[in-house]
Amino acid sequence: MPRLESTTRMQALMAEAFRECDAAAWDPGRRVAWCSSVGPVELLRALGFAIFFPENHAAMLGASRAATDLIPAASAEGYSPDVCSYMTSDIGAFRRGVTALSRVDPSITAVPRPDVLVYDTNQCRDVLDWFSFYGRQWGAPVIGVSAPRGVGEVTGDLVASVAAQIRGLVQPLESIAGRRLDAGRLREAVAVSRDTSILWRRVLSTGEARPSPLTFFDACVHMGPAVVLRGDPRSAAYYEGLLAELEGRVARGEAAVAGERVRLYWEGMPIWGRLRDVSDLLARLGACVAGSTYCSSWVFDALDPDAPFDSMARAALELFITRTDAVKERILAAEARRYSVHGIVFHDAKTCPNNSNCRYGMPGRLAAGPGVPSVVVHSDLNDLRLHADEGVRLALEAFVEQCAEASP
Amino acid sequence: MNGPFWCGVDVGSSYAKAVLVDAEGEVAAEAVRRTGVAFDVVAAALRADLLGALPGAAAEGIARTVATGYGRDNVAFADGAVTELTCQAVAGWHLFRRAVTLIDVGGQDTKVIVLGPDGRRKSFQMNRRCASGTGAFLEEMAARLDTTPAGLETLAARGGEAVALSSFCTVFAKSELLSLIRGGRAVEDIALGVYDAVVRRVVEMAPLRDEIVLTGGAARPGGVLVRRFEAVLGRPVLVPAKPQMTGALGAALVAMRGGEASQ
Ligand code: SF4
Repeated sequence: MPRLESTTRMQALMAEAFRECDAAAWDPGRRVAWCSSVGPVELLRALGFAIFFPENHAAMLGASRAATDLIPAASAEGYSPDVCSYMTSDIGAFRRGVTALSRVDPSITAVPRPDVLVYDTNQCRDVLDWFSFYGRQWGAPVIGVSAPRGVGEVTGDLVASVAAQIRGLVQPLESIAGRRLDAGRLREAVAVSRDTSILWRRVLSTGEARPSPLTFFDACVHMGPAVVLRGDPRSAAYYEGLLAELEGRVARGEAAVAGERVRLYWEGMPIWGRLRDVSDLLARLGACVAGSTYCSSWVFDALDPDAPFDSMARAALELFITRTDAVKERILAAEARRYSVHGIVFHDAKTCPNNSNCRYGMPGRLAAGPGVPSVVVHSDLNDLRLHADEGVRLALEAFVEQCAEASP
Repeated sequence: MNGPFWCGVDVGSSYAKAVLVDAEGEVAAEAVRRTGVAFDVVAAALRADLLGALPGAAAEGIARTVATGYGRDNVAFADGAVTELTCQAVAGWHLFRRAVTLIDVGGQDTKVIVLGPDGRRKSFQMNRRCASGTGAFLEEMAARLDTTPAGLETLAARGGEAVALSSFCTVFAKSELLSLIRGGRAVEDIALGVYDAVVRRVVEMAPLRDEIVLTGGAARPGGVLVRRFEAVLGRPVLVPAKPQMTGALGAALVAMRGGEASQ
């Protein structure tokens, strides 16, 4: 399948966003906030911060295969090679004085210096450790939300407690931004995020079509604006175009994977340094990864401009990564049905236990209960020293063969 | 003996194996060589071995060839490539015709394959990135004890009480061996402990509920590995007459079915 036409627009949009962030860092009149990927972005937008997402930067280090060589610089400072390789590759890049942004635009020579770093521990503790490193480097405040993990039911009490923490960020952020929070602008940012989220969900849902017009690997690339430009109207405009292109493919019966014969669902982090290889391998086998928990992590159904704080809290608490295994199991069974997949590929990422959901018996329960078969691939998001091409290839090929045999 | 025959070539990490089956699915010829570094060369040599073993047979008599194993994509004359998990499953069903769990202790990795009562694969597991629980572990430990894999088995067969090796890691296990030697433990008991370490790594890969079939080069019928599996599992395990050849046999049977993996 030829690549999506939207790709060129997406790359231009991302480059524009990175340049703007870089320019803001040099502009004494602007403030830069670093934000964890599912942090309170809308609040920062409403306060006029330029926002930089270190996780996106780390994923770029992974995708360009630079990460593995950078991690040792962080290890040498006492960051264990067993902890988040997004964090260690990002810190390593900083220590070596390099940035993935230079690959997008060579005039960008460094990550934008933050005035504040804003985290949300709903995903893991590592983001806090990661941001604290930079906080110490630059003497910038590190503030955020200590959200619970292992959330079962998203109760009103939980929402209230997280919403109170987000409200608690307003005053310190106002003093860094040098302006008061405008309720109208916050409402607007939440509305834009919600619109983007709805469009992004519809983009991902085109994967339900048989054959699917996009793969998980396409989605990993095209989710850039949903992450980096959340709450910015340009991202919604971008996804309108992408959605139209994908719906066109569906209408014409065009497949992302020629001769799609096996459909899979990806659970866990991408293997960034092998994204293309795994994508090509599965395409050769006629297997399409039609959906994923990872790309769905930027779908925030709960966002409501009329209740910005509560709805931001609810959106953060409802995320897959923050939930109990029982909830995750229900979601995965429903997703497997929704995308009508033969089975699930679990990526057990060595340095991200937080988003490796096969470690507490989940594959066995999904097989025994709803009857969803799965395979576990052992690798990592960024550290290719933890990846064995042959093992991953064999596991995926054998699983596709098994799924094909099981087809009626 | 002009065929038709169907050929399976299993290019494993240590040994390459090849099998020809006839129209009844019976083994007509088989061959084994060390894999070496040139996969295509060893595969061609194996085919010559097979044909040489059958008077009057020629390459034209081979209707179809399927390659499997580590070097499955490097067999120039193969008509298709299929993973060893599928091939082991096909061979396991061909040989036993019932729901069994196959354990293949290979050179670089170990696989557990669960067959359903219809002969289809229900699930499979492979060991993680490292060598623990594989033939490579046995080779490494043999070298540490200054012997060959065959020598290790001879030593282990004389062992009485297996020493416990606790480490997951092959390198750490080697240093454990040093401590045990220094502590004066009998080398025979240490060798037996090495086999137990492999067995323990394998039994934690999956719940081994059904009858167990053990395959792979180290699974010699009546050998130490088989006996230690039986001791740990507390029940007999099944071993094909040629446990090293099941991958190649499965590949030949897949070739016979036109290259489709479906059973
Ligand atoms: S969720 Fe995983 S990959 Fe993301 S920051 Fe936390 S540890 Fe790293």
